[in-house]
Amino acid sequence: MTGGSTTGDDGAKATPAAESIPASTPWPLWEVFVRSSRGLSHVHAGSLHAPDAPMALRNARDLYTRRNEGVSIWVVPAEAIAASDPDAKGSFFESPQGKDYRHATYYTKSEGVKHL
Amino acid sequence: MVQNLQAVSDSQSEQVRESAASGQAYFDRIMAEDSRIEPRDWMPEAYRRTLVRQISQHAHSEIIGMQPEANWITRAPSLKRKAILMAKVQDEAGHGLYLYSAAETLGTPRQKMTEDLIAGNARYSSIFNYPAVSWADMGAIGWLVDGAAICNQVPLCRASYGPYGRAMVRVCKEESFHQRQGFEILLELANGTPEQKQMAQDAVNRWYAPSLMMFGPPDDDSPNSKQSMAWNIKRFSNDELRSRFVGMMVEQVEVLGLTLPDSEIRFNEETKMWEHGPLDWNEFREVLAGRGPCNAQRMERRREAHENGAWVREAAAEYARKTAAWSAEAAGVAS
Repeated sequence: MTGGSTTGDDGAKATPAAESIPASTPWPLWEVFVRSSRGLSHVHAGSLHAPDAPMALRNARDLYTRRNEGVSIWVVPAEAIAASDPDAKGSFFESPQGKDYRHATYYTKSEGVKHL
Repeated sequence: MVQNLQAVSDSQSEQVRESAASGQAYFDRIMAEDSRIEPRDWMPEAYRRTLVRQISQHAHSEIIGMQPEANWITRAPSLKRKAILMAKVQDEAGHGLYLYSAAETLGTPRQKMTEDLIAGNARYSSIFNYPAVSWADMGAIGWLVDGAAICNQVPLCRASYGPYGRAMVRVCKEESFHQRQGFEILLELANGTPEQKQMAQDAVNRWYAPSLMMFGPPDDDSPNSKQSMAWNIKRFSNDELRSRFVGMMVEQVEVLGLTLPDSEIRFNEETKMWEHGPLDWNEFREVLAGRGPCNAQRMERRREAHENGAWVREAAAEYARKTAAWSAEAAGVAS
């Protein structure tokens, strides 16, 4: 696992939920998150189509963990993900702008002082 | 988000023009900064179309590419080789799925791409329309075909479209096993009996030119390349990548103790490029147009597999529907 995700990690797609689809419609889309080893978070790995959660988990295992890339998998219906609007990224993420004092590097007078 | 300009009524067109203009400015800035475009960003329609075409063709190639090798699974010379070949073919399926997912983020449904392939409306790499006639072909395909694919794909990890680049990172990591196992098959044959060595040489002779043509037509005959490079999708031209590939193969073939079937290979000191003998671009166009040795067979097999799998897809969807209904009912009873 590199943490590099395969597919769109900022956009949930409107796909019908499993219970509402007749057999002939395509399987819904699931987003897959993989924990690469104990102590680390689940990271978005990619997405896949599956008829239900158990099949999504099995498919995710076969698709994203063929080489011991994971010890745990989450699958989430893509339609259940709420995402921030990419067109509004300026105003949405405005608050931290210009607040350098939130970073340790802002404080330079202590340079040379040990263990600080 | 402006995804479908055609669908917007006239009263909104002023607003749309404005947001397209600011979208274009944003897109241009992303290109200039060599940053990445993500699925819900504004992008020019032609950029979207180009990506859908390229990524879905790439996905189809992975899926069709399973066939020449799957053909040898039952005849692999040892249990070890059989297990390796199965793992490789499974990887190709995986690569196809990563790429279909990436293409889907551009708004093209998976089903549409599958239908296009089955109906014969979509292209895939011409290389998979050549037959794999001996076990040594498994070696030559791994070494030359996957080698060429890696050469092509490593720069695509930096493609400007985020989901495509991320899919390629995953694909490239897995491809290096493919190339090494192919090299090892050839190495073992080359160090075997004279007949085995001849079989290896024969496979290299047949796959050499088609693998060079995998990089696409020469630069002066490649209409889409320039735009793709301006959009930071493609990072090097077809000829640059082909030359780089020839240089690597020249060194590696010596380790194998085999030769490349090309007496005109030389390093041009002036251009610093590896040069090779002429390639038969008529053959390339013929194969691409559907008239290669195995086109019909590959398409028929794909169609058959899709149709034979229909009951599995339907049964799984029906099972999901019923279990969801049962658990809803059970929840109703419980409350």
